[in-house]
Amino acid sequence: MKKSISLTLKVWRQAGSTEKGSFETYAVKDISTDMSFLEMLDVLNEDLTREGKPPIAFDHDCREGICGMCGAVVNGRPHGPEKGTTLCQLHMRHFSDNDELVIEPWRSRAFPVVKDLVVDRSPLERIIIAGGYISVNTGSAPEANSLPVPQEAAEKAMDAAACIGCGACVAACPNGSAMLFTSAKISHLALLPQGRPEAARRAIGMVQEMDRLGFGNCSNITECQVECPKEVSISNIARLNREFMKAWLAADEK
Amino acid sequence: MELEAKIPKGPLPEKWDRHRFELKLVNPANKRKFDIIVVGTGLAGGSASAALAELGYNVKTFCIQDSPRRAHSIAAQGGINAAKNYTNEGDSIWRLFYDTVKGGDFRAREANVYRLAQISNAIIDHCTAQGVPFAREYGGLLANRSFGGAQVARTFYARGQTGQQLLLGAYSAMMRQVAAGRVRMFPRREMLDLVVVDGRARGIVVRSLLTGEMETHLGHAVVLATGGYGNVYFLSTNAMSSNVTAAFRCYKRGAFFANPCFTQIHPTCIPVHGTYQSKLTLMSESLRNDGRVWVPLQAGDRRRPGDIPESERDYYLERRYPSFGNLVPRDVASRAAKAMCDAGKGVGETGLAVYLDFKDAIARDGRAVIEKKYGNLFQMYEKITGEDPYETPMMIYPAVHYTMGGLWVDYNLMSTVDGLFVLGEANFSDHGANRLGASALMQGLADGYFIIPYTIGGYLATASLESLSETHPAVQEAKAASVQRIHALLSVNGRRTVDDFHRELGRIMWDYCGMSRNNSGLEKARERIRILRGEFWENVKVPEGNETLNQSLERAGRVADFLEFAELMIIDALARQESCGGHFNEAYQTPDNEALRDDAQFCHVAAWEYQGDDREPAFHKEPLVFENVALAQRSYK
Ligand SMILES: Cc1cc2nc3c(=O)[nH]c(=O)nc-3n(C[C@H](O)[C@H](O)[C@H](O)COP(=O)(O)OP(=O)(O)OC[C@H]3O[C@@H](n4cnc5c(N)ncnc54)[C@H](O)[C@@H]3O)c2cc1C
Ligand code: FES
Repeated sequence: MKKSISLTLKVWRQAGSTEKGSFETYAVKDISTDMSFLEMLDVLNEDLTREGKPPIAFDHDCREGICGMCGAVVNGRPHGPEKGTTLCQLHMRHFSDNDELVIEPWRSRAFPVVKDLVVDRSPLERIIIAGGYISVNTGSAPEANSLPVPQEAAEKAMDAAACIGCGACVAACPNGSAMLFTSAKISHLALLPQGRPEAARRAIGMVQEMDRLGFGNCSNITECQVECPKEVSISNIARLNREFMKAWLAADEK
Repeated sequence: MELEAKIPKGPLPEKWDRHRFELKLVNPANKRKFDIIVVGTGLAGGSASAALAELGYNVKTFCIQDSPRRAHSIAAQGGINAAKNYTNEGDSIWRLFYDTVKGGDFRAREANVYRLAQISNAIIDHCTAQGVPFAREYGGLLANRSFGGAQVARTFYARGQTGQQLLLGAYSAMMRQVAAGRVRMFPRREMLDLVVVDGRARGIVVRSLLTGEMETHLGHAVVLATGGYGNVYFLSTNAMSSNVTAAFRCYKRGAFFANPCFTQIHPTCIPVHGTYQSKLTLMSESLRNDGRVWVPLQAGDRRRPGDIPESERDYYLERRYPSFGNLVPRDVASRAAKAMCDAGKGVGETGLAVYLDFKDAIARDGRAVIEKKYGNLFQMYEKITGEDPYETPMMIYPAVHYTMGGLWVDYNLMSTVDGLFVLGEANFSDHGANRLGASALMQGLADGYFIIPYTIGGYLATASLESLSETHPAVQEAKAASVQRIHALLSVNGRRTVDDFHRELGRIMWDYCGMSRNNSGLEKARERIRILRGEFWENVKVPEGNETLNQSLERAGRVADFLEFAELMIIDALARQESCGGHFNEAYQTPDNEALRDDAQFCHVAAWEYQGDDREPAFHKEPLVFENVALAQRSYK
């Protein structure tokens, strides 16, 4: 395998949320295949800066695939071509010399572009505010081992809780639905006995908020699961639907 | 100024109880009249925001990221300690306390560490109740594993994502308070200054990272939980935005900076592999439960690891430290790795790496068991290096990871500026000269959930705080200074990029103020930092302007502060003429090359007071008194 490659990048440039954006083309040379995708963008940004041009804005922080801050659509795929990988953990060894890459921000009605590849994902936070928690005040918890949790339930809860909130699922969905994100949190808490007392209220609250925020409907296209960097499963969506139906049927007030 | 740690009287186990009783309380109905500013949403700031809001205070919380859930704490992998003794190995609050004081090489305050150990169990209870999916045994009860510096398994974990799960717990508790209207969240804001009025912290200046607007936010107390400053080395395991700016600005407003030279170099990170590299990746210490560290016996042995027979391998940690083996504390393991590489036994392309081998563990427990424990870490390793650690041993090398130094705080976690409380990695309190694994998460959550809610009440109940308006001269002055600084950064218009400066600074710090230090190197570093700082202000290039999302400008401000702060680290390292924990001065070592303390002269906290840009900082000493543990040479043999 070649140790360094050259690429043509077509990058979405947009100066601000109210400006019009367009693609700009850049040639990058001598990119080490050990670099991460973001390091490749760093190299381009250093060059742009030295040339007195505005560098490309992109969100990132941990660069370890866990904070959920990074993300862009690369050749039509959120976080690029590798399965189960965030953009920061995508390495250039997965590309070939002279590849052409089209790099765009998340595209979704609910996520306005802030600048270049940066979008506003605050609607995801609104969904959590609508019930993504267990109401326990500091100081009131019982002894941790007083409530055994079957290992399998804990493991499944952990699978769902692994969601990093990056928004790739929304970007991947042709309808712009946030079902995978929402269902991951509902499942994480519904699978644990600690989360059961509020399960019904949580399901209704979060689903209604999601609808209100302008996310699209889920029509079982399953692209979200394919693109999720943490491989959160759509079985969580089935669980959300069950939790929601149960809650809805039982609720007095609707 | 006299440093008063305000450690309560009485026997160690009773201090915290007694103190909580003696602290004045704020009447429940009055709590909502107090506005508290929390800067940072990691484990420390997130838990503090939630706990304070639950009590009824009005909380305003700030962070740099687009969401509080993305604070650097999210990246913690291995686990969190507590003295539950679920494994029946004889653990206790006293043992956790003792291990932590010893691990810190006797440079932490006894009373603080004891309180931390006391609180540890309540943290596990609370996080479990919040729905943190900790690992469990088949019977449904919580599982534990071992971490360095301890001979009992007391670490709780959620796969290799413990920090993520604990932070999501704190975040969700905080979001519940947002829903209740008691926390107001301000993301994408960077604190650039502290507002001090009549000697008391009353607010902050923040820049909106989206619009460049300079905002002031006022309140009755400020809680700083802005994390550590490991990024002064450019390459570290910290998140890219981790910085010293908030803490350093407080230092310039009168908060003393304690032990800035105490930094932790973590032994198990993926080695550096290229000049373009932007950060280093940790491989959790938990891997040392099952992985064995080795190098070839012969210097210069270039064979592939699989071709080197057992008899020609040196499992040097097991050889040198038979009772702790691969689980010696981090400073010890890091220095040992460096010694092997310095002796020419390092492996890999650069010779700056040692092996961490799972072959025996996989043979013993089977691949499935190892995969369950460390699957995501192995996967991360493979993604970055392109090598499969199930087949060939991992290659690891030490990297900057954590900073034990931080703003000086008393037992109430209050700094030398009244009303400024400092929590989590940003303070200096509990880890002495070396932090043990899995104790930063414990400390951050102890500070936020279980200490600040009481101690802040003690302050607010007794301080007389007049109402304050935006037009107060102190508020206006702080704001104008921050505006001016942004303007100065944008006006240099030189030729060198911010990252270029940062990389050079990091190199100086790593070479001269890293794992091994000596006086002449430190002097040289100090000179070079000054020159580099001078050049920065003449030649840095910051593109675009203030009124837009400008990530270069953000970094420029942080690097400018690192360039000043680095010198303070050097001054501190030069003043401490001994070796202890992570601070290793080559002139002070035992015949076995272990750190040699000088308790007669240096059994103290060094706290530095800002005196002006052109003056040396003033040195203040808080003597450390050990009444409950005997000062001893640390031994892990
Ligand atoms: C890779 C890695 C793995 C680790 N694993 C473990 C482990 O297994 N166990 C363990 O105990 N410890 C571990 N640690 C250490 C531990 O994660 C940290 O010490 C701890 O999380 C710090 O928490 P904190 O709340 O103090 O700060 P942080 O989590 O760093 O949070 C800082 C917060 O302050 C905000 N902030 C910073 N500066 C400003 C500013 N100027 N203005 C406004 N906001 C600001 C940030 O936005 C952020 O919200 C690990 C560390 C790393 C790097
Ligand atoms: S930068 Fe944190 S997930 Fe990519």
